[in-house]
Amino acid sequence: MKVCLLFPERDFDFTLPAPRSELQGELTLDLGLDVLWAAMAQGDSLVRQVVERVMLSSLEVERTVVVYRQGILRDFLQNTGALEALYALVQEGLASEKKARHWAYSRSPSSVLLRALEVMGLLLVHLRRLRAWAEAMEGRLRSQGLSQLVSSLRRELDEAYLREVEEHLEGLAFRQGVLLGAELGPGLKGMGYRLLKPKKPEQSWWQRLLAPKPPAYTFTLHPRDESGFQILREIQDRGLNTTANALAQSVDHILGFLNQLRSELAFYLGALRLYRQLEALGVPLCFPEVADDSTCSFQGLCDLALALRSGGSVVGNDLTRGSALVVITGANQGGKTTFLRSVGQGQLMLQSGLFVGASSFTSGLCKGIYTHFKREEDAGLKSGKFDEELSRMSRIVEHLQAGALVLLNESFASTYEPEGAEVAYQVVRALMEEGVRVYLVSHMYSLTHRLYEERQSGAVFLRAERRPDGSRSFRILPGAPQRTSYGEDIYQQVFGSFDERTKVGGK
Amino acid sequence: MNPSLLWPSSPLALTIEPPAYFHDLNLDRVVEGVVGKLEFDLRPLFYTPLQDLEAIRYRQAVVADLEQPALNQALWTFTQAQHTLREHLERSQKLSNPYQRQGFFLEAAQVYVDAVRALEQALEENSPSAPAWRRVTAYLKNYTASPAFQNLERETQALRQALAEVHYTLLLQGDRVTVRAGGEELDYQGEIELLFARFRQGAPKDYRVGFSEWNTLNHIEERILEGLVRLFPRVFAELESFARHHQGFPDPVITTLDWEVQFYLGYLDYCRPLREAGFAFCLPEVGTEKQVSLEEGFELAVAQQQLAEGRKVVPNSFSLEGAERILVVTGPNQGGKTTFARMVGQAHHLAHLGLAVPGRSARLFLCDQIFTHFERREAAQEMRGKLQDELLRIHQALSRATPRSLLVLNEAFSSTSLDDARFLMNKILQAVARLDALAVVVTFIEELASFSETTVSMVAQVDPDDPALRTFRVVRQQADGKAYALAIARKHGLSYPQLKTRLALSRTASLGGSGEGLPALS
Repeated sequence: MKVCLLFPERDFDFTLPAPRSELQGELTLDLGLDVLWAAMAQGDSLVRQVVERVMLSSLEVERTVVVYRQGILRDFLQNTGALEALYALVQEGLASEKKARHWAYSRSPSSVLLRALEVMGLLLVHLRRLRAWAEAMEGRLRSQGLSQLVSSLRRELDEAYLREVEEHLEGLAFRQGVLLGAELGPGLKGMGYRLLKPKKPEQSWWQRLLAPKPPAYTFTLHPRDESGFQILREIQDRGLNTTANALAQSVDHILGFLNQLRSELAFYLGALRLYRQLEALGVPLCFPEVADDSTCSFQGLCDLALALRSGGSVVGNDLTRGSALVVITGANQGGKTTFLRSVGQGQLMLQSGLFVGASSFTSGLCKGIYTHFKREEDAGLKSGKFDEELSRMSRIVEHLQAGALVLLNESFASTYEPEGAEVAYQVVRALMEEGVRVYLVSHMYSLTHRLYEERQSGAVFLRAERRPDGSRSFRILPGAPQRTSYGEDIYQQVFGSFDERTKVGGK
Repeated sequence: MNPSLLWPSSPLALTIEPPAYFHDLNLDRVVEGVVGKLEFDLRPLFYTPLQDLEAIRYRQAVVADLEQPALNQALWTFTQAQHTLREHLERSQKLSNPYQRQGFFLEAAQVYVDAVRALEQALEENSPSAPAWRRVTAYLKNYTASPAFQNLERETQALRQALAEVHYTLLLQGDRVTVRAGGEELDYQGEIELLFARFRQGAPKDYRVGFSEWNTLNHIEERILEGLVRLFPRVFAELESFARHHQGFPDPVITTLDWEVQFYLGYLDYCRPLREAGFAFCLPEVGTEKQVSLEEGFELAVAQQQLAEGRKVVPNSFSLEGAERILVVTGPNQGGKTTFARMVGQAHHLAHLGLAVPGRSARLFLCDQIFTHFERREAAQEMRGKLQDELLRIHQALSRATPRSLLVLNEAFSSTSLDDARFLMNKILQAVARLDALAVVVTFIEELASFSETTVSMVAQVDPDDPALRTFRVVRQQADGKAYALAIARKHGLSYPQLKTRLALSRTASLGGSGEGLPALS
């Protein structure tokens, strides 16, 4: 039995280690993903773990997977009660293991069997409830993933099967004694002990009475022959070894299935929670469309981390047609970083199969998303900072492949501008030529101007808006790079009142 | 005559005590490593070097054939089977339950028959060319064709088959045990597995419990067996008669073959880690010429330990040409001098056993005796007494040595004054040279390296970049005592060319400096 709620044909493997964790740490930090995940988890550590794992493993993903997950998420958004009920059911099922009286597997097959029988008995109750849930859902869930789950629960846990399981559990209590088969090994030592099924009494009692009995040799242990009983127990244990193992493994498998189901559901539960919060904040939400090429366009795209943190709606941005290179320039504190972050979030959420915080969002799939943001907090030596930036870039390059998305935020600006610009230019140029999508935020005019002059393959140039009065709208609009970055405006903002009061400056 | 893998004709009398040089050459460690895991005490074989070339070549041919992996593997299997055979035979005599004794006797017969057949087949398939192997092959062919063997083989198989067909069931009900002949009862565990197959996923945890296995039957098993004897009377009657009628195995020649094989396999097994790490072993060319050589050899016991500890094993080479007889080894302490000397001695002893020696190629001397002189650390007597003792021992060795002997002298007289040591070593080297014997001399007296045209100077090397690092490489080189000092000088930029350059620079910087000239280079 498979869960298959994250991939059409397989279960999500939560046991695999997260790849490239070092770079993912940067991504998490730069895109503010922690804020999103915390909102999804709402204190539930399992949900938190799952959403993080699933999203970071979606940095490279197939189109079919995105569509598949979107379908399931749509279903659950329309039937929120169904998701929460199922999740609760699974939780209870998993708890039943802890209720078992025989609490630990000891070293003997008999006790392994005893515990497995008990847990299996407890699990049967929950398996029946799961089937009842599936029966209630029949026809209400339309996505491929959920209708598959519903029908497989109904099929695999049908009443006839569960009855049969119950009968076997009863038989394994061995009320008529244990029947073992064996052969003679080296030195005439008994070996190959295995459990046999006693023949069912098909004939009536008098037929059995008259039927010829196979010759038998019977002996009885002396009541005080303790070592004899010990030996008999061992012989029995040898015979039960495989069966106890099979049953204990089956318990594990059912628990494993429930665990897997819970984990995969946790992703959608996290999504549902996030959806509700963002909806309450008035953030526009939509299911994104997957484009066939590497273009990207959107309307009203928001930085969700910012919205969650500020507890209100935020300024959304539009991009009519993004290309392999998008260069964002303009006013300091004009929303450039926020813009970049929202693009990264949107792309990652699209690839994860989630909704996006925009009124519309269309983008082609990327082979990996990488961020290279200026590290403000890096209070290291000045000479070491540029070096650190380069080594970070080099680590990214080790993993880059064509089709990746790289978000560069004020990269290589920690050195003398002409040199930093030259390095950045060479990096950007090389990445583009190798088929990597680049979003570049920079106030290095010599870099952005050079790129603008070249206007490679439809590069897009955006600029943070500065209103005529010098205030920021935090909107990013199409526009060519300009020489100044409006530092003067900010100076005014900060020192303006001070200047006025002291009558030192002012316009 | 019975075929032997060790002796072309009549065997030598084996030495029970290790030769005097064994400990000095670390050969005791090697031999313990080889025989430690073996069932037989094969030490005497390793204590007894062969004295004639024919015997050495007889064994070398056996070794050469063992390079065929299939044959090698077959022989391992053979020795393991012999071991099992002995265990079963022992049980067939010691166990108290008569049916069990008979059961193990049958088991022994099966192992024996299979082992003989497998060996016969392996020899036929690989057709080793050594005379020893050909003799063994011929013997086996004869033996397996004998009526006694064929009879044993046939009856063993028939009886085993009959016993394998004894299937029975046990019904355990509290204190009651019912034994019945097996019928068509259904396998239950498979059914259970099938029942839960739909939940199966991944690699599940294994809950099976391991049981300890004993060969003896306990009293419950005896009662079950009692029941089986009644349920299957014919099979057990046949078993009883089998044990009475086949007491004529194993054949003594095959038993001897077992431990002879282990002499070779034990040594190969000991060398395996080094061989797998890429270190070469070769069959030496042994002769009466004194122009000996060894290419990329190493001291076996030390190399083994270094490999196990993950340290570097450094092979070394040497060669004596024309009138050269004496290797004089000098160099820094802990630089691998003693190890080098041991290597030379070891190679000679191993060659005289007819075994492969460490190295890519080797030409070694058929010597009548090996003499060693290593400082006895435990003898903490007064200096005079110790010196006397050393001289006595060396004298003893020299008076028994012949022109066909090999001497390994390690750091003699290190506890006397330099003048005394120089004087005494000169005298001793003169004696060795007069004798025309082969010798390896490790000494700190560098001038001995150029004692005469019969000496070859070998110098333990240091890393030129870090003179404190020993390379454990010992190289034929003029021992002028400068290699080490020069390396230190270079590290400090004080070598001649470095000084030239630096001084030239400072000269141009400050023209008309001091008039101190440089000493001329010798």
